[in-house]
Amino acid sequence: MKRILASMIALGAGAAIGLGAVGASAQTPKSGGILNFVVPSNPPSYDAHQETTFGVIHPLAPVYSLLIKVNPDDPQSSDFICDLCVGGVPEPTENGTVYTFKIRTGVKFHDGTPLSSADVKASWDKIIFPPAGVPSSRKAFYTMVDSIEAPDAETVIFKLKYPSPAFKPALGDPFAWIYSKKDLDEHGYGWHKANINGSGPFIFVTHEAGSSIEGKKNPNYYVEGRPYLDGYKAIIAPKMSLRLQAIRADQAAIEFRGFPPKARDDLVKALGDKITVQESNWNCGNMVVFNTKMPPFDDARVRRALTLAVDRWGGSEYLSKIAIVKTPGGVVFPGHELAATKEELESLAGFWPDIKASRAEAKRLLKEAGHENLTFDLHNRAVDQPYKIVGTWLIDQWKQIGVKVTQKAVPTAQWYDKYRKTRDYQVGLDAGCQSVVNPTVDVSKVLCGSTNNYTQCENKEVQDLYDKMNKEGDKAKVRKMMRRFEKIVMDEEAYVGPALWWYKINPHRSYVKGWKIAPSHYLNQQLDNVWLDK
Amino acid sequence: MYKYIINRILLMIPTLLGAAVLVFFVLRLAPGDVCEMRMAGTGLFADPEAIAICQENLGLNDSKIVQFGRFIGGYFTFDLGISMWTSRPITEEIGLRFKLSMQLALMATILSIIIAIPLGTISAVKQNTWIDYVVRSFSIAGIAMPSFWLGILIILGLLIYTQAWFGTPWMPPITYVSPFEDPLGNLAQLIWPALATGYRYAAVSVRMTRSALLEVLREDYVRTARAKGLLEKVIINRHALKNALLPVVTVIGMEFAFLMGGLVVTEQVFNLNGLGKLFVEAVLNHDYNMTQQLVMLVALIFILTNFFVDLLYAWLDPRIRYA
Repeated sequence: MKRILASMIALGAGAAIGLGAVGASAQTPKSGGILNFVVPSNPPSYDAHQETTFGVIHPLAPVYSLLIKVNPDDPQSSDFICDLCVGGVPEPTENGTVYTFKIRTGVKFHDGTPLSSADVKASWDKIIFPPAGVPSSRKAFYTMVDSIEAPDAETVIFKLKYPSPAFKPALGDPFAWIYSKKDLDEHGYGWHKANINGSGPFIFVTHEAGSSIEGKKNPNYYVEGRPYLDGYKAIIAPKMSLRLQAIRADQAAIEFRGFPPKARDDLVKALGDKITVQESNWNCGNMVVFNTKMPPFDDARVRRALTLAVDRWGGSEYLSKIAIVKTPGGVVFPGHELAATKEELESLAGFWPDIKASRAEAKRLLKEAGHENLTFDLHNRAVDQPYKIVGTWLIDQWKQIGVKVTQKAVPTAQWYDKYRKTRDYQVGLDAGCQSVVNPTVDVSKVLCGSTNNYTQCENKEVQDLYDKMNKEGDKAKVRKMMRRFEKIVMDEEAYVGPALWWYKINPHRSYVKGWKIAPSHYLNQQLDNVWLDK
Repeated sequence: MYKYIINRILLMIPTLLGAAVLVFFVLRLAPGDVCEMRMAGTGLFADPEAIAICQENLGLNDSKIVQFGRFIGGYFTFDLGISMWTSRPITEEIGLRFKLSMQLALMATILSIIIAIPLGTISAVKQNTWIDYVVRSFSIAGIAMPSFWLGILIILGLLIYTQAWFGTPWMPPITYVSPFEDPLGNLAQLIWPALATGYRYAAVSVRMTRSALLEVLREDYVRTARAKGLLEKVIINRHALKNALLPVVTVIGMEFAFLMGGLVVTEQVFNLNGLGKLFVEAVLNHDYNMTQQLVMLVALIFILTNFFVDLLYAWLDPRIRYA
């Protein structure tokens, strides 16, 4: 079984491994049934515009519509399709600064209110230009937007200050739910924290706090024949072993976040062809962050030596057997057109094909910097998958060049507090996780000066490159700038040392059809195309 | 007696106030806050402005004294506030979980009493025989084995054996089943965690019953009863056991109070939406409001349980009179 599984995994990222589910896509979808799925997280509030957790997305995305969304039939691509708009996603006009969307007619919110462009504008205004005192967690993604207009009931126009490659992917943000303008006007901007009124494929039924959220089929959904399911039940189950056993006992059919390899193997071993496994590169990654204000990590030679010591190619092979990490990569999500190719990666510190030469250079740099007997603490998050596993691996890698490291794993709140407030750490293991693959925005995680970057680095060239990339319409030029950006932050200055990109594994009951794994656990969660082959 | 009861009730106020001061300030010693957890805890881009607005809206920027005043003031206005994580009223959040935790605590307590008192008595009466050794091994194993670990074994055992015997793996339901809507479903869900926790609970009580009864059986009045020629059964049931139950009642009372909020891991293992699971989530999320009210609730349960145990003493031992 292990050999079969290994060969299947070798099929590559994004592969759906159907043990007994061959030809699923060719089957005619059946209507009916309730999809039970497990969610590891408890939703804080119902307002996705202010929340950042998948604990809101998984149970409630099926209730809402978006303006555009990732293609549910090909969520691995950079392809977006219209959800509430009509036709294809429009190409910009006026030198890439104007996007005009035609809005579907006949769409109604679940309370019966007709949906128009005014609702789309009101929702996006709340996201991009929230009134004082109203939190909007992703407002910063839309700094290029100048104004939003709704000249008539079926048209929404986004006017940009400058053309930006980041705009279209940002519009496909899975948190950008469309609310009713009537609700916002009548009940205020806080109403959606505790109330739900969407226009999506499912209607919210009930939420038993801490236990489950249920939705039922929207009979007036605007896509004919959809959704296939009669309803769904999202069961909140924080403990991983229990989520796994729930799938095994068929109390839940799927968990949309992701399991480690061992969990996948256990389920396949127990249930055989009753389980289908889908796997994909994950738009999340761990990276080592060096506190550049803390000696000796203010010395680029020391930082570079530590990244040169890490054998990412070998680590990928070993760690992918036990943890949710796999793919070596640079600052851009692997496989994206802006990502470094293998050849380009191999020219960066820490990705050299010859690890012996890499470690010899690391030792030389440490000697030159006067830190041959370097010791430090690795500030890490007390979470096994993958933080503590990756942390343990890194310590072993650094040991190879004579550096002694102690792992200090602390609970999440303390972990963030050191990064964001006290900043009294030497070296840490950080993680970045994004929803839509949007490289020119996503790299803000390694951008000097960004609130999300904990290295405290200062580098004008890096900041200029970031600004230019976000205002450049020519992809080839963006790609070239991205390589330079990557070279500085990961090699020349080595502010961060990438660990490995995460790897998403979704084993699910084989009777669940229609759902395709995306590169993020935030994407493709409307469930309108999911059906049960029972 | 009435004076004693009123005194005890009045003493509850400074005890609860002490607990309130302690939980309020200790919670705030831990770094981080609920807004950081909500908006930055996922690894996604965290907007500092959104975090600042969240902190302002939740009153986290107010002085500690103002926040403490709000916390205590809530008891006088019968408003326990909202959860900082879910924005839902705390009374609603706790009420939902209270019924499950109460049912589980009652089931585990009943199970443990059914197991502990007969076994402890037999063990004492048959001291140093093979029966005593078996009972003692049973109770030591129960004390040594964490109930959450036993819970994991139970779930795995159920999955493996039902699959082997019936072809389909089965485990207890992972969402709450109301006893009023589906009594059998409710039993199928809660009997396993009740067994897992009840076993440990029973193990402690078995040992306490055994040692208390052994002590009583060596008392003069028992010797006198034997000298009078009373039947051993009568001596045990009428004279010894009732007096031996005093420490056992204390243990049962304390364990019951513990079960109401202390099943943090067992509830996670069985995915029971009880107070223990809520406690863990509240602490991890830095939901100060929720954690404070849960600590106060558990403190109140402990105080009330102690109080009722003390009253029970008087019934069990007529020599005890409170003035």
